[in-house]
Amino acid sequence: MKYKKNILAAPYVLWSALFIIIPLCMIFYYGLTDKSGAFTMENILAIASVGHAKALWRSLLLSLISTILCFLLAYPLAMILAGKKGNQTGFIILIFILPMWMNFLLRTLAWQTLLEKTGVINGILSFLGLPPLRIINTSYAIVLGMVYNFLPFMVLPLYNALAKIDENIINAAKDLGANKIQTFFRIILPLSVPGIISGVTMVFVPALTTFVISTLLGGSKVLLIGNVIEQEFTQASNWHLGSGLSIVLMIFIIINMLVTALLEKE
Amino acid sequence: MKFAKKIYVALIFLFLYAPIGTLIVLSFNASKTRSKWGGFTVKWYVSLFQDETILQALGMTLLIALLSALAATVIGTISCVAMNNMKRRTRAVLMGVTNIPMLNADIVTGISLMLLFISFGLRFGFGTILLSHITFNIPYVILCIMPKMKQFNPSVYEAALDLGASHITAFFKVMLPDLAPGILSGFLMAFTMSLDDFIITHFTKGAGIDTLSTKIYTEVKKGIKPEMYALSTIIFVTVLVLLFLVNAAPDKKQDAVL
Amino acid sequence: MYKKLTFFCAALSCILLGGCGSQSGENGVVIVYNWGEYVDPDTLDMFEEETGIKVIYDEFETNETMFPKIEAGAAAYDVVCPSDYMIHKMIENDLLMELDYSKIPNAKANIGAWYWEQSQAFDQGNRYSVPYCWGTVGILYNKTMVDEPITSWAQLWDETYKDEILMQDSVRDAFMVAEKTLGYSMNTLNPDELQKAKEALIAQKPLVQAYVIDQVRDKMIGGEAAIGVIYSGEAIYTQYENPDLEYAIPEEGTNVWIDSWVILKDAPNKENAEKFIDFMCRADIALKNFEYITYSTPNDTARALIEDEEIRNSPIAFPDLTQYDNLESYVYLGEDGDTLYNELWKEVKSY
Repeated sequence: MKYKKNILAAPYVLWSALFIIIPLCMIFYYGLTDKSGAFTMENILAIASVGHAKALWRSLLLSLISTILCFLLAYPLAMILAGKKGNQTGFIILIFILPMWMNFLLRTLAWQTLLEKTGVINGILSFLGLPPLRIINTSYAIVLGMVYNFLPFMVLPLYNALAKIDENIINAAKDLGANKIQTFFRIILPLSVPGIISGVTMVFVPALTTFVISTLLGGSKVLLIGNVIEQEFTQASNWHLGSGLSIVLMIFIIINMLVTALLEKE
Repeated sequence: MKFAKKIYVALIFLFLYAPIGTLIVLSFNASKTRSKWGGFTVKWYVSLFQDETILQALGMTLLIALLSALAATVIGTISCVAMNNMKRRTRAVLMGVTNIPMLNADIVTGISLMLLFISFGLRFGFGTILLSHITFNIPYVILCIMPKMKQFNPSVYEAALDLGASHITAFFKVMLPDLAPGILSGFLMAFTMSLDDFIITHFTKGAGIDTLSTKIYTEVKKGIKPEMYALSTIIFVTVLVLLFLVNAAPDKKQDAVL
Repeated sequence: MYKKLTFFCAALSCILLGGCGSQSGENGVVIVYNWGEYVDPDTLDMFEEETGIKVIYDEFETNETMFPKIEAGAAAYDVVCPSDYMIHKMIENDLLMELDYSKIPNAKANIGAWYWEQSQAFDQGNRYSVPYCWGTVGILYNKTMVDEPITSWAQLWDETYKDEILMQDSVRDAFMVAEKTLGYSMNTLNPDELQKAKEALIAQKPLVQAYVIDQVRDKMIGGEAAIGVIYSGEAIYTQYENPDLEYAIPEEGTNVWIDSWVILKDAPNKENAEKFIDFMCRADIALKNFEYITYSTPNDTARALIEDEEIRNSPIAFPDLTQYDNLESYVYLGEDGDTLYNELWKEVKSY
């Protein structure tokens, strides 16, 4: 049986070799060579330059904040949804993916319309006699955009994991005298770890690497590492430097993977 | 407590749907620019259906999303079954590989695929977009199914085998129903991701082929055509209505799946 | 099982890769790569109808994004419409085909001598490019939101306009503003001058509301900002949408640019490409395009056909450039120059 099942993995192994591994090798090749094709570490060490280091630090900070916010917002929501019975939940879950059917670029542009100086939210605020909200073109707007765009990626895996928890276990805990808080921290939270890992990965990574959100909502005043890489590829057409910085980015992502792998072991 | 829960869900919904509402309002805006209200109109809805390029882009987007999501779901499901039985280390390696497209910046994935296709001498077009979309969709499917897979009790499967079921029967009768929520959400995720992707498509598309995303991106240059808002509104309302219909229909199967 | 699966995968990929032949016109196709919404779609239909050549049309956002795609040969294009300095770069990289003007009679017949002469700066001998649109970079401002007329770049450093300024989000244009303000050439490679320009841009950053490319137009129309750096071609349209807006060519001088048609060296449909460029140079077609995109046309015959005298002699669309003595065009700075500018720009952006 084992043999047969391993063969089932063959199509995907082939696929990933062809479309994931080989392209990745190409990135490494570009990242570790200069224009003449000679080996160099320059493209990777370039991360230490003033502009790059600042952009990387800011990206890490903003994506971390966004991930935490997404988690804090999504966990109670996923619990509420998982607690619902019957045919309601599927519908509600779909409602969460539904916004993604409006194009990503359009949705983010819509936030611009909402947040602008003369935008909708400020229109409402001034109508109510409140001071205007000045967050467009700042890091706050970028965090908002990240949370908005990636929240569904946190909700869905959390819901998937929470819905699977056997209610009998929770009831057993209660019967054994655990209060609500104890049940949560000792039963529900540990059992939802696979969902948390998926969710955190699905939010942190796109947030770390985005460049569209920072361009549209940050007014290009806040430079993230994603913007730098994008510009190296599309504007400066220095693929070697772009690849080198991507490798640096991958290192941070590998750190993320190691942390989650450790968590999984526990 | 129940009331607080409702308020909480409602607030999140408001957050998620505020921009959507804005886009819908914009689709009825008589002024061509985003930031000026020029009165109510439905003219964009009329001109939308005469705009061949937008309609073509729509068809292309849906076709690619459907095909890539289907392919990714099939490959992803099979791989999950296979991976569940692998040795720990082999599985960890394969999962690591799976994570790569998700963990990489989209732009790196896009560029690396572009480099690959160039070196293979493939002509850029429908095929290259589809291959790329399948590639970045598979990890989403796997990530949606894996948590379910880990919670699946293998002894149930073995029990089915002991009772005389073949592997295939056991898979379809025992394992699949348990995985179904994961598979379905994986498929939906893949479909929406494909629908929503811009960056990777941008680098792997050829001349004259546009998805809605790439079309919109080029339109940013001169301001979004209001027909785009109209189209998004139509797509959104259609999906919403479909959801209501599916939800209203007393279909037992749906309940089981969801 | 394994065989079945591999077969399935192989079959699938065959279908996917094979089933994408694009339809072609009776006289073949021409593949055009142009700026976003930089042509009246009706003219493309007319071209198809008259010649039986199918137009496959694709768009790019900036010169810089277009270049890698062409260089990599990822997609085979025939006709492209880059700007001056980028044409220079493409010539240096041996990407362009020398034009045979006997196949493009409308070009020499209709396009004004001044534009050919101006093109010499980046295309010695006019061998590779046919001008399509031209213009200046200037300041668009909202009369109701500023106290005095805006006439100089230096006013973009005025504290009173904090959070009301929109800068261009592209290396060359942003540095051009700073360099001109400081009295340097916009093509300078002098390290001291570049450092000063960089510092000026960093000093300006707190006053800038956003760095944008395309959205200057929308934001200015909506009254979101008071002052924006913009291409002259957008000015006519924005004024039409919002009469409070005024366009000015700053007194320190500015950039005059030309976007021109070129044919790629490895273009698969060279003859059709020539026909396409010739068609675009026809006076009636150039006029249609001008009316649609509102970017100044170098096509003098077409300009004479403009009925509205106010537009035909508009100082925005057709400024008398002889009254300015400090106008310049971008030149290609070489690979090292490009890298240097990019590095400095990143420092500004991440500050």
